[in-house]
Amino acid sequence: MTAPLDVSGTSSEAPPETVLEGASGKAIAGRSLGQIAWMRLKRDKVAMAGATVVVLLIVMALLAPLIVSWLGHPPDEFHEDLVDPNTGVPVGAWGGMSSDFLFGLEPSNGRDLFSRVVYGARISLLIAFLATILSVLIGTILGVVAGYFRGWVDTLISRAMDVFLAFPLLVFAIALVGAIPESAFGLTGDSLRIALLIFIIGFFNWPYIGRIIRGQTLSLREREFVDAARSLGARGPYIIFRELLPNLIAPVLIYSTLLIPSNILFEAALSFLGVGVRPPTPTWGGMLADAVRYYTIPHFTIFPGMAIFITVLAFNLFGDGLRDAFDPRSR
Amino acid sequence: MTTPKDTAPVSDAPGSAAAPGEGAARQGEPLLSVRDLQKHFPVTKGLLQRQVGAVKAVDGVTFDVYPGETLGLVGESGCGKTTTGRLITRLLEPTGGSVAFEGRDITHMSQGHLRPLRRDMQMIFQDPYSSLNPRHTVGTIVGAPFRIQGIETEHGVKKAVQEILALVGLNPEHYNRYPHEFSGGQRQRIGIARTLALKPKLIIADEPVSALDVSIQAQVVNLLEDLQNELNLTYVVIAHDLSVVRHISDRVAVMYLGKVVEIADRKSLYGAPMHPYTNALLSAVPIPDPKGRAGRDRIRLTGDVPSPLNPPPACRFHTRCWKAQEVCKQQEPPLVELATGHKVACHFPENAPAQKADAAV
Repeated sequence: MTAPLDVSGTSSEAPPETVLEGASGKAIAGRSLGQIAWMRLKRDKVAMAGATVVVLLIVMALLAPLIVSWLGHPPDEFHEDLVDPNTGVPVGAWGGMSSDFLFGLEPSNGRDLFSRVVYGARISLLIAFLATILSVLIGTILGVVAGYFRGWVDTLISRAMDVFLAFPLLVFAIALVGAIPESAFGLTGDSLRIALLIFIIGFFNWPYIGRIIRGQTLSLREREFVDAARSLGARGPYIIFRELLPNLIAPVLIYSTLLIPSNILFEAALSFLGVGVRPPTPTWGGMLADAVRYYTIPHFTIFPGMAIFITVLAFNLFGDGLRDAFDPRSR
Repeated sequence: MTTPKDTAPVSDAPGSAAAPGEGAARQGEPLLSVRDLQKHFPVTKGLLQRQVGAVKAVDGVTFDVYPGETLGLVGESGCGKTTTGRLITRLLEPTGGSVAFEGRDITHMSQGHLRPLRRDMQMIFQDPYSSLNPRHTVGTIVGAPFRIQGIETEHGVKKAVQEILALVGLNPEHYNRYPHEFSGGQRQRIGIARTLALKPKLIIADEPVSALDVSIQAQVVNLLEDLQNELNLTYVVIAHDLSVVRHISDRVAVMYLGKVVEIADRKSLYGAPMHPYTNALLSAVPIPDPKGRAGRDRIRLTGDVPSPLNPPPACRFHTRCWKAQEVCKQQEPPLVELATGHKVACHFPENAPAQKADAAV
């Protein structure tokens, strides 16, 4: 097949509507829905503030050793000399807060609270991000498959979602993490526990995003552009990857952003209950658990608590802004 | 319509038929041949998906489409026009009957074998807001046929796409724009451009203008006509707007509840409709001139279209027909040719030639 159409005699014609459009003389570049959403997002100050905090938190987690070497002490360095040996309370006002110890000291063993909060971000964000990626991958793939193929495939996947949603996840996580050996799957200690936490949180959260993607796919597949692709002879994979998935990027992005904070909270809860990553590795949830015994020293509770609060809030604000930007009608 | 008509038609296609006018040339073999086509959608109930009935959306549709002509398919909402279109393009699997394209039976051909044939048979969709993927640029949308069919073009897909965009009256520089940046009429032009990309022989146009503003409808209808003249296309135009069909069609088939009740040349159908249902439809066409309006009797059909789940026996129109008699409830009228090229399925046709005139009112 050569030139598909002979346009001789017609290319000179230009109906008025195109003349108007072309009159500007500038190169015509279209703006995609993604670009438009980004422009809307940039104007949303609250969402951008959330995004800024998220970026700062990620930078803080990545550069934790550097930050701590500037502004604090190693997170596992004991300063028992700065703690009252009888009560366990740090010496000095405000739990020992000073230019040397920005957030003060841990009661009893006197570790630098600032560096522990900074290092805690690593565990929280690592687990939350990887678990979210796992959920989103499973949820998107199964959601699209269920929505596109329908029939018994859909029934099977939807029932599986129901089972997963009804699963007593917290109880299961406590039981499972409590029972794991020191080494398994070629991993040991912290890395094994982190991997297991990621697996549990990620694997049991996929139905939330799976349901959303399935619903979206069900409605998208009835749109005429899918019929158009089929009438051109497109196969299933082409339709899924070229026609459906580009339309699913927005919900995937939005719900990933909203899933991250809930995963952070879940990880914190597990650490608080003592089934997360074990001490001495610093985690926000674990620090809160330690703080329970020292409720008279509020700074010990406040800093890890604020860290969780700010992180979750920032992700939620950013996620809400993202949703508004992609779908202004949902406001 | 704004396109300067004096430059068209350009007969660039060899052997391009002269503008198909009245009583269009029905040369040779039909391009598309539909025989007793049926589509029953099963109605299931309960846990075991037991079939308790079927919606007979299309129940015995027969017609031929000849190269270069336009067949209009009209009828009320829910009469099975769109389903017929989707059966022909095999977006739906027929329950019964047969569809032959260029003499080849494609009724149950596998999608794999069908793929090369799809180059020659394309579909224009009703809703230009739903038929274009909002995440793709115009270039991607109109270039999709080349990509899906794996066709190499001489100067690249982009050049080919831009030529087609120019052909349908869009600015080729809009290649990188997204569908939401266009008006409804322009979007429908993009849809038409995608349809034309592979230079098909047959185009099924499913309500090509019903989603558009009336002012834009004429533009798109005229564009379709110009393209037909230039590229020697054959159309099956599905529509519920009788004026649009009258404007664009050479022959018209009228459908009622999944069946063709009358099929004739445009002139003969609009001038001397035989089936009472056609009469009723035509009498309902609004006339903008109040003087002309006074001189005609409007036929008001009572009741609704019966459910295709349980269509009336024999003649399906007898529940609403003012001429219905006992025989209409007993015997299904066959689709017979009462005048040259004028087929009708009625026991008591109007405007029929002399021997049947006894039945006329």
